[in-house]
Amino acid sequence: MNISHILNHFFVFLFFIFAFIECPNLYATQPPDYAYGDAIVEGTIGEPSTLIPMLAGDSASHNVAGMIFNGIVKYNTDLKVIGDLAESWTISPDGMVITFRLRKGVRWADGVEFTAGDVLFGFKTIIDEKTPTPYKEDYLQVKKFEVLDKYTFRVTYKKPFAPALTSWGNLIVLPRHLLEGKDITKTDFGRNPIGTGPYKLKKWVSGQEVVLDSNKDYFQGRPYIDRYIYRVIPDTATMFLELQAGGIDIMGLTPIQYTKQTNTNFFKANFQKFRYPIFSYTYLGFNLKHPWFKDKRVRQAIAYAIDKNEIIDVVLFGLGSPATGPYVPNTWPYNPNVKKYEFNPEKARELLKEAGWKDTDGDGIVEKDGRPFKFTILTNMGNRQRINTATIIQYRLAKIGIKVDIRLLEWSTFINEFIDKRRFEAVLLGWSIGLDPDQYDIWHSSKTRPKEFNFVSYANPLVDELLEKGRRTFDIEQRKKAYYKIQEILADELPYIFLYVPDAIPIVHARIKGIKPSPIGISYNLHEWYVPKRLQRYSIEP
Amino acid sequence: MISYLIKRLLEMIPTFFGITLLSFFIIHLAPGKPTDVLTEMNPKITPEAREKLERYYGLDKPIIVQYGMWLKRIVKLDFGESFSGDRRPVIEKIWDKKKPLLERRLFITFMINTLSMFLIFIIAIPIGISSAVRQYSLYDKITTTSVFIGFAMPSFWLALLMMMLFGVHLNWLPISGLKSMNYDSLALSGKIKDIILHLLMPIFVSSFGGLAGLSRYMRSSMLEVLRQDYVKTARAKGLSEKQVIYRHAFRNALLPIITLLGLSVPGLIGGSVIFENIFGIPGMGQLFFMGVMTRDYPLIMGILTIGAALTLIGNIFADIGYMLADPRIRAK
Repeated sequence: MNISHILNHFFVFLFFIFAFIECPNLYATQPPDYAYGDAIVEGTIGEPSTLIPMLAGDSASHNVAGMIFNGIVKYNTDLKVIGDLAESWTISPDGMVITFRLRKGVRWADGVEFTAGDVLFGFKTIIDEKTPTPYKEDYLQVKKFEVLDKYTFRVTYKKPFAPALTSWGNLIVLPRHLLEGKDITKTDFGRNPIGTGPYKLKKWVSGQEVVLDSNKDYFQGRPYIDRYIYRVIPDTATMFLELQAGGIDIMGLTPIQYTKQTNTNFFKANFQKFRYPIFSYTYLGFNLKHPWFKDKRVRQAIAYAIDKNEIIDVVLFGLGSPATGPYVPNTWPYNPNVKKYEFNPEKARELLKEAGWKDTDGDGIVEKDGRPFKFTILTNMGNRQRINTATIIQYRLAKIGIKVDIRLLEWSTFINEFIDKRRFEAVLLGWSIGLDPDQYDIWHSSKTRPKEFNFVSYANPLVDELLEKGRRTFDIEQRKKAYYKIQEILADELPYIFLYVPDAIPIVHARIKGIKPSPIGISYNLHEWYVPKRLQRYSIEP
Repeated sequence: MISYLIKRLLEMIPTFFGITLLSFFIIHLAPGKPTDVLTEMNPKITPEAREKLERYYGLDKPIIVQYGMWLKRIVKLDFGESFSGDRRPVIEKIWDKKKPLLERRLFITFMINTLSMFLIFIIAIPIGISSAVRQYSLYDKITTTSVFIGFAMPSFWLALLMMMLFGVHLNWLPISGLKSMNYDSLALSGKIKDIILHLLMPIFVSSFGGLAGLSRYMRSSMLEVLRQDYVKTARAKGLSEKQVIYRHAFRNALLPIITLLGLSVPGLIGGSVIFENIFGIPGMGQLFFMGVMTRDYPLIMGILTIGAALTLIGNIFADIGYMLADPRIRAK
């Protein structure tokens, strides 16, 4: 799975969690052209593998399953956790016990009522030894799961764990009455799911399309759009042509498509474009075990030599923002006041000199102890943005006397042979970040074993302590304090040079109304999207 | 002849297992595992969870043991279950009996490739013959140049150009997929028309590249035959040029083409990866591509095994065809 894949995955997860936000005044402010009917066609590169979320590792599956299933909780547009199938919850003062109260009267698409027993069933299934799922870790932290009554359940943790609340997002809601006593990997439930969500599966033709019909009894109100169709189109160029020919209504654009190819009268008249930051960032990471990169001044010199805005302008056509740490700007954990490294090659040269790097033989490359400063940036093949970013960095570092080589590797080789074995000097990669700010696995000094994610071997006792503190409290102010401090330290020590946060740039057909862009994207209120009667394109037979 | 055929059939068995053994090892040599798709670079996943998944898929066992297990299943014609989330049997993904024939992947690819092969043959053979007969003429030069343009043009590029012209600008043909969204509501004639419209561009693109090879092959084969003594004899006997070419030369020039036809049998199910992905056609090429990208070993092995079997069968067909066409081989 490459980073863009994870990114996608993350989006889908987002979509999932935010899937549908409540809007109590909807009917009061309803404009006259609200109407039921019509269909939306979305292009998808990959086909879902299964619609049981806990078994799916691919974004296409989560995308579709997110329309069919709900979570216990989700995020709202302010990035706060709110109830989805849960009406409310209480957390014990020591943070160890969470008691959820579920909504009453929610029904599975086959009419059976959804209860706490279903959650217990989903929980038991995900932690079962025999369930092949990569997502069980958060649930294994639960010491005790109790169903108190039909609408209430209580989970007790071994120790307070702040990301626990959001882990009750989307993975474990399964209909007990249909699956109890069965092996979920052997049933055809993954291809014929029954959920509680705004849409239900109508048909799935492998390799061609997945067709969803609206759930008229959806507990948040019947969705306006009667049908949602995913068309499998594995090639992005073909997808863009389909968009122009009217074959699809929604797709994610590339920066060049956004700025140049859709800047025509045709697109302006027929489509609406959106833009918001993706929850991810691209970085240049150093192997901190390498003697040259042990010195903080060298890393800082490199930071001063790189012009992030130049990279954003050239690589993303301006569709992104500079990253200063591992969080997305304008979210609550983001600290806007950390040390920033404005482009300053002069300062970079000074810092290198201070660290003992000087061009003694006049060949334009700085040396120390007789060895010239040369290193290789590894990145993965097939990601043009990363390759271009590496090239710009190469050019800028040459200006301060550092010679950089770029090596492109096939993704699996890159991860298995180079990252896991720590055979790199510097890497250009990206992380997608969850909405919960916990980044224990990436920055904690205990996470440096093979296959773990602190592969740059960063170790700072204070950061370790703050990471632990941040995940042990539910108090948002305390967490904020911890993560603000972590960002200050990271910005000073620079184990990574945080480069940019790219924007998501989806395009949607103009006939589709009711889209309200928010920091978390556009799909969170999909069940409120509609097409006015006069603009409807498809007639749907019930 | 029968004993020759039996001998050839028996020879196929070790060859077949040799191919599967090599394929199995080569697939496992490539870095990355099927579980990587679920776990790689995802901080939520611990090494323990990763190991558990590997055990679940049997990936913790030595490769030779895994191959043994695979072999044990395959002799019972069991291709195993796909590693993707749906865990469907591989054979069901390739040939789902519950679906209408037209929606089964193997059939779709087979149909498109048969049609384009047919197209290639009926266009390339006349081109080859007429070029040979008029060697070095302006006609010969023009056809040679144009088939080579077709050969050199990347098929994905040609496909995109055609989609842009016929799909977007002229709006005559559907761009991708096999059926329109309103397919189910169409009458039978509408359904047939719909599918034909969807197939026009893919079949054209997949034929275009193949024309060059076959027409050049036909041309050189024809040229060789035209130099033979019996053709000279035929001419000396006063037969018309038409009779010389079509009765005497053509039949003999066609012999090597029979071999080619036999060897193209595996191509009928493979070789479609690029255009199936571009045109969004749910065939074997697309399935194979997805399988490789997700390291779905059972699926990859299933498709490779079918491919290997077809290659061997194609070879036998080529032999039989040759024997039927050429009495000298029959005599041996």
